[in-house]
Amino acid sequence: MLIAPLLLFVVVTFIVPILSMLFRSVENDIVPDTIPGVVTELAEWDGSVGAPPSEQVFRYLYLDLFKASEAKQHTRLGTRLNYEKTGLSSLLRTTGRSLDDVGEEWQDPLEDIDANFKDGAFWYQMMSGTDGEDLLEERRDLWAAMVGESMAGDVGFVPSEQVAQMLPWTTRAYTDFAIWTAIEDEDSVAEEDPWEAVYGALGMDLTNPETVSAIQSYTGPGADALKAAAANVGQLPQTGFREAFAAENEDWLSPDVWATIKLYSSSMTSGYFLNAVDMQLTPDGIEQKPENQQIYTQLFMRTLVMALIITASCVVLGYPVAWLLANLPMRTASILMILVLLPFWTSLLVRTSAWKVLLQQQGVINEILVWLGFVNDADRLILMNNATGTIIAMTHILLPFMILPLYSVMKTIQPSYLRAAKSLGATNWTAFWRVYFPQSVPGIGAGSILVFILAIGYYITPEIVGGTSGVFISNRIAYHISSSLNWGLAAALGSILLVVVLGLYWCYDKIVGIDNVKLGG
Amino acid sequence: MQLIKTLSATALLVAASGTAYADDMASNMTLVSWGGAYQASQVAAYAEPYKAMHSDVTITWDESSNEAVAKLRAMNEANNVTWDLVDVVASDALRLCDEGLAMEIDANELLAEAPDGTSAEDDFGDLLVSDCFIPQIVYSTTVGFRTDMVPEGTAAPTDICAIFDTKTYPGMRSLEKRPINNMEWALLCDGVAKDEVYDVLGTPEGQQQALDKLATIKDDVIWWSAGADTPQLLADGEVFMGSTYNGRLFSAIVEQDQPIGMLWDAQVFDLDGWIIPAGLPEDRLARVKDFVKFATDTQRLADQSKYISYGPARASSAPLVGKHAELGIEMAPHMPTDPANSKNTFLYNYEFWADYRDDIDAKFQAWLAQ
Repeated sequence: MLIAPLLLFVVVTFIVPILSMLFRSVENDIVPDTIPGVVTELAEWDGSVGAPPSEQVFRYLYLDLFKASEAKQHTRLGTRLNYEKTGLSSLLRTTGRSLDDVGEEWQDPLEDIDANFKDGAFWYQMMSGTDGEDLLEERRDLWAAMVGESMAGDVGFVPSEQVAQMLPWTTRAYTDFAIWTAIEDEDSVAEEDPWEAVYGALGMDLTNPETVSAIQSYTGPGADALKAAAANVGQLPQTGFREAFAAENEDWLSPDVWATIKLYSSSMTSGYFLNAVDMQLTPDGIEQKPENQQIYTQLFMRTLVMALIITASCVVLGYPVAWLLANLPMRTASILMILVLLPFWTSLLVRTSAWKVLLQQQGVINEILVWLGFVNDADRLILMNNATGTIIAMTHILLPFMILPLYSVMKTIQPSYLRAAKSLGATNWTAFWRVYFPQSVPGIGAGSILVFILAIGYYITPEIVGGTSGVFISNRIAYHISSSLNWGLAAALGSILLVVVLGLYWCYDKIVGIDNVKLGG
Repeated sequence: MQLIKTLSATALLVAASGTAYADDMASNMTLVSWGGAYQASQVAAYAEPYKAMHSDVTITWDESSNEAVAKLRAMNEANNVTWDLVDVVASDALRLCDEGLAMEIDANELLAEAPDGTSAEDDFGDLLVSDCFIPQIVYSTTVGFRTDMVPEGTAAPTDICAIFDTKTYPGMRSLEKRPINNMEWALLCDGVAKDEVYDVLGTPEGQQQALDKLATIKDDVIWWSAGADTPQLLADGEVFMGSTYNGRLFSAIVEQDQPIGMLWDAQVFDLDGWIIPAGLPEDRLARVKDFVKFATDTQRLADQSKYISYGPARASSAPLVGKHAELGIEMAPHMPTDPANSKNTFLYNYEFWADYRDDIDAKFQAWLAQ
């Protein structure tokens, strides 16, 4: 009961953010939410034939992208897809700019055929009616999914069910326009001229013979204009939207582009995780990445190996120090203790930078070695910007985390045990190895776990002294979080790291036993 | 950071309570910049004069430009954007614009005309590389070298390809730990014509060619990730030559009097400027617009060059560039845009790198790790 506030605090500020970050590693909502029509329609497209999808897909693409570009979502989609296929970012960005022009290819002739089409109020009258509430709500939900916020509110427009039957594309496009105008722009639908996309959609409807014949018997608002348009279909562009997109950018005809969109069209993806282990999703299944792009497996291995080396060096260096601290008289020990703690209290950045000064080729260590004649001036030791630098600096930085648990465990070992062993005839070594050392193992265990887990997630020290061969996986995670903005991949890498650490902890528990770990007393 | 949060929260409260006056403009602004000498030049050239005109306005600075893209995205997701104006490089502006995190602007409407009446759009010209970007300065990534480490009897390097010529110019080099710029220089020095560099770099073979060229000096390179690294490495004599921003070299050479020379050959122009975060409340937006109009006018941009050797982004500012505020030397010859310096230049290709960044970076990093 008393820990409830703390528990709540930890859940809210720690566990929930971590889980939501990790969830990004599989989340892929942006594709189905931004181009829902395309995703549904593309399910039937067979990519293995090597031909681009049908006109129908391009029609959905046009309407979905037009919406997306109004809401500035198309470039986000481009960024997402560009992680999988280079070039999609600019493809979507440039196409987004030209969608108006595409619509005008239909808008201009339609307005020539009947000037009423220029009038926003005329459109409003023609599209309004009764019984279209379901359609309105359906389109509203799609909008809400795309922009990620509620689109609730009064639109001031209800589509006519009759017109929707006759002009399905146009009604959808106009309803989308109406919702955006009323809710987002907070304008009156009746007073605004419709999007270019609405004219394009009317063009789509007019290619359907059933629509044309339905228009002949239609008598509602706008009947004359629609009849005129149906009679003069010849004046509209005779090519479809596939050609229109291809004219903007030929890549739209590339089956590869479409295969990528199809592959990443579900709302969950394994793509990030595959990427994080140097694999990739292709239309033919899961494959290894080309060798010149493999990096993460190597980095994971390096991180583990170097963290182990650092832990081992900390044990080797820390053990004697802890022994001294535990066995010297109180006064001397407390002075030594301050020497251990002082670097611990110093800023990490300062200590790392100090190592830089010491380790570089014109640095203190090399200068001294050259001066003493141990090293030739021409071939000074390369102590940093490689793995050596990382190991040296991190061993120093993490040493207190090894010494302190060791010390607190050693403090509890009775000196009389050693004396007893010796009085029974043990040599110094036997007494230490058979009597003292086993009792200090819990301290080694605690120190090792601390150092290892800290080391595996280290970021700043490898970045500064690690060069290229001494950087860890965390440096790549940081890169993807703050620089490439590929948070999905960063989350996948982070999840893998977390699982590896938990796995190692489990192994440790099985082999050494976690009960054997003591931080003190 | 915490302090800044508290400050801006307090400021917001103050702003909220006092919105009635100063024609509905917020009285506090949080500006984000790079810190250091660059931010100091902005304070001196824009912020102080603005405050002198509007005594009721307080300006808070946040030195977060380095991670502005990630932070702005996080703020946007949390629906709590506390920044009013953010200084970013153009490639980041492009991404923020793509992500819908930066506001699209109409240059002619938002920005001041040149004194001779030229519209802002014409005055900035090609430098308006994104719909959201308000350019301030042109800087360049170029190469500096230790004049005292040039081998005896050899002329000091004048050609960018000296980077790859370890025979004539032995010694370590420092290059940025990313593909951008390095790949272009590698191709250029491998015989690719300047106007074909990006066509070649767009192909897997071209990328391999660039990496192969870089591989010839791989053992001689220290890879840097912070702009201050190269000047430091040069000053310590750790490297013979290295790439960095021209302003950093200016300060090492002129202000700190180090034995360093610089190459202007094949310098890569890049832009730095403001973006306005998307979705600011009206009173804050009104204040920011008012400030930006002032801070990017012809005189203000020219004034900035008194404090730092970066070229003003407006064509009309160039003739007004004067002397260094403290050293009293003419600044024009130290500008990357000076005709003598810009005989052979590259302009960072934003569209290309927006597309190829992830792909080439993966290859580059894998190559580095080999």
